Amino acid sequence: MSIIRTENLNNFYGDLQVLKDINMEIEQGEVWVIIGPSGAGKSTLLRSLITLEDFTSGKIFLDDELFIHREDSKVVEQMEASRYKQKLLEMGMVFQRFNLFPNKTVLGNVTLAPMNVLGKSEEEANEIALNLINRVGLSDKVDFYPSKLSGGQQQRVAIARALAMEPEIMLFDEPTSALDPELVGEVLNVMKDLATQGMTMMVVSHEMGFAREVADKVIFMADGAILETGTPDELFTNPKTDKARQFLASIL
Amino acid sequence: MDTLQHMLSWMPALLNGAKITIALTICATVAGLIFSFFLALGKMSRNIIISKICSAYIFFFRGTPLLMQLYFIYYALPLLSPVLTINNRFLAAFIAYSLNSAAYCAEIVRAAIQSIDSGQFEAAKVLGLSHGQTMRLLIIPQSIRRLVPPIGNEFIMMLKDASLVSIIALADLTKVTRSISSSDATTLVYIPAMIIYLIITAFFTFVFNRIEAKMEERE
Ligand SMILES: Nc1ncnc2c1ncn2[C@@H]1O[C@H](COP(=O)(O)OP(=O)(O)O)[C@@H](O)[C@H]1O
Ligand SMILES: [Mg+2]
Repeated sequence: MSIIRTENLNNFYGDLQVLKDINMEIEQGEVWVIIGPSGAGKSTLLRSLITLEDFTSGKIFLDDELFIHREDSKVVEQMEASRYKQKLLEMGMVFQRFNLFPNKTVLGNVTLAPMNVLGKSEEEANEIALNLINRVGLSDKVDFYPSKLSGGQQQRVAIARALAMEPEIMLFDEPTSALDPELVGEVLNVMKDLATQGMTMMVVSHEMGFAREVADKVIFMADGAILETGTPDELFTNPKTDKARQFLASIL
Repeated sequence: MDTLQHMLSWMPALLNGAKITIALTICATVAGLIFSFFLALGKMSRNIIISKICSAYIFFFRGTPLLMQLYFIYYALPLLSPVLTINNRFLAAFIAYSLNSAAYCAEIVRAAIQSIDSGQFEAAKVLGLSHGQTMRLLIIPQSIRRLVPPIGNEFIMMLKDASLVSIIALADLTKVTRSISSSDATTLVYIPAMIIYLIITAFFTFVFNRIEAKMEERE
């Protein structure tokens, strides 16, 4: 069963087409790494899936059920409201710039949505949160405010915060590119753990080592389109298109 | 020695005036600030009617003199309809200053809210928080820290603008000073009066700086 499937997803900013007929299907438990030059539309794709971006046209299916269908920038068909909301929560997202809530402690960041959106009691939310915070290795920072944490620690909190909503799939938009090089590893390790435990993941990242280690598929995007799909080995050692070859040469 | 004696004899009256000045400023700033959140959120609302009403309110109260607003509320409203008579001078001043300060604070609040990184709204949306929850739990608490310095400024301005209430014969510090000056036929009383103003201003500047420092420490 596919967790997310898209049909001819298109997005325009004025005359600029940033997504071109994206047809993709990600299965339960798969880990995708999406690569491609800046401006390729990688962020726009993730943001469209999680409805941060109102794409121009196309369909998104979640668990084989129509989630939203848009044409001419307008909604044509959409899941019934309460179900739509619930389905949306099955996607978690981690941002390049963490976007932690600076007025909440680490624990507060992780418990906020479970308590206010899922209606969990404080006790229950705390228990889940402490578990997750432990899982990302930050048990000693529970009461810290984000500004007192390193970038790597903040990003790990952001991952725990997303996981607290018990998502089916996690979207990562360049989760390590705002980090100092020495902090990249700790975040990738948490993500590798997640992958090993069977989480479905779409990760925009140029970390080749990570891709080789955990990705089932590497997707190469350029100019708003998916140009190549393959295993890490296929794509990294044997790219078919010139664009991919050039791009890989530029980041190695 | 005589002069000092004299000055001390004015003190109780001056301090009573200062009490009125401080009470009016605090009450009006607090009420104005609370009201200003509704105005700011209203002005930013996607509902055009609400947004226009709030904009018009802010435009009106920032665009006309406070003195005239005070006059209007105390002297002109009762002429329009006796029901609108406000006998208590302090209450009339409180209403005028709150309405006025709300308009100024609303622009400060709006600027603070708009200065919050859009990533906060995105993270909240992805976690399923509603717009109202996002505002209440995240955006407003975060903007409060940024509000402290400009609201502190606004407070000090108001403290001095409070001297305008003498036109409705409310016995604030300025009014008391003028009364003493004419009854005792002396200009000397202005010296302790201004010193009291300076002390009040210095004290509240200190308080606002402390609040700011405390908040900085926390985040
Ligand atoms: N809000 C926006 N308005 C206009 N153009 C945008 C907007 N967001 C992204 N773009 C453009 O869309 C293209 C794809 O952007 P993006 O998805 O961020 O690429 P990537 O993440 O692959 O670097 C870029 O050319 C970018 O300039
Ligand atoms: Mg991007």
